[in-house]
Amino acid sequence: MFIGKVVGTVVSSVKDPKVAALKFQVVQELDEHARPRNKYLVAVDTVGAGHGDLVLFAQGSSARQTTLTDGRPIDAAIFAVIDSWDVEGALVYQKEGLEAFGRQPAET
Amino acid sequence: MHLGRVIGRVVATRRLPGLLGEKLLLVRPLDERREPCGETLVACDAVGSGLGDVVHVCDGREATLALHDPFVPIDATVVGHVEEFAHDGPGPQLGGAPARSAP
Repeated sequence: MFIGKVVGTVVSSVKDPKVAALKFQVVQELDEHARPRNKYLVAVDTVGAGHGDLVLFAQGSSARQTTLTDGRPIDAAIFAVIDSWDVEGALVYQKEGLEAFGRQPAET
Repeated sequence: MHLGRVIGRVVATRRLPGLLGEKLLLVRPLDERREPCGETLVACDAVGSGLGDVVHVCDGREATLALHDPFVPIDATVVGHVEEFAHDGPGPQLGGAPARSAP
C-alpha cells in the first residue's frame, strides 16, 4: 500500500455494468515526507474520501477484497483516510481539525 | 517477500470495518547490504513491530492471510522480525549476536 492524495474524480458514462455503481478517484502517490511522486492512478473509493484527503490505497488482486469491489474488474482501492503519520518519531502530517488532539507522534 | 525497516506509523480512523485494530506501519525496503532501496510503503503489522525494527514484508493478496480478517484490501503485511540474515558476497551481515569466545 502507498500514501496518496485525492486530486480528482473520474466520470464515465459508458462503463462495464460491474463497475457502474462505484466511485472512482484520481490519486497522486506521495512519499513518506508527503512530497508528491510523479505517479497517478485511478482507484475505487470504499470509505468516502473527499477531494484533497490523504488516503491509503491497495493495488492488485487485494483491491477486490471488499464487499464493494468483490468479483469486479478493479485493481486499486482506497480503504482508509489518513489522520496523521510520523517518520523516525517526528510528525510529518496531521489532518486539519485534529490539532486539538496534540501534535504528538503516534506511539510506535 | 522482501526486507525492510520500520520508519514510522500511520494513523487512520476512517477505514474499512474489517481493518479495525490493525496497525499500519511505514516500511522502507532494504537490499541485501541493508541499504534503503525502492519506495517507502505502508504495511499492516501482524507481529507487533516497532520503530527501527528490521522486518520482512509479504506483498500481494497473500498479505491478508496473516491478519485477523483475511477479507480486507491489504497488499503488504509485516510477517516477521529479522534477527539475523546471511548472504554471499561483500557487505555487512545483518544483526545476530556477536561471536562468542570459547569458554
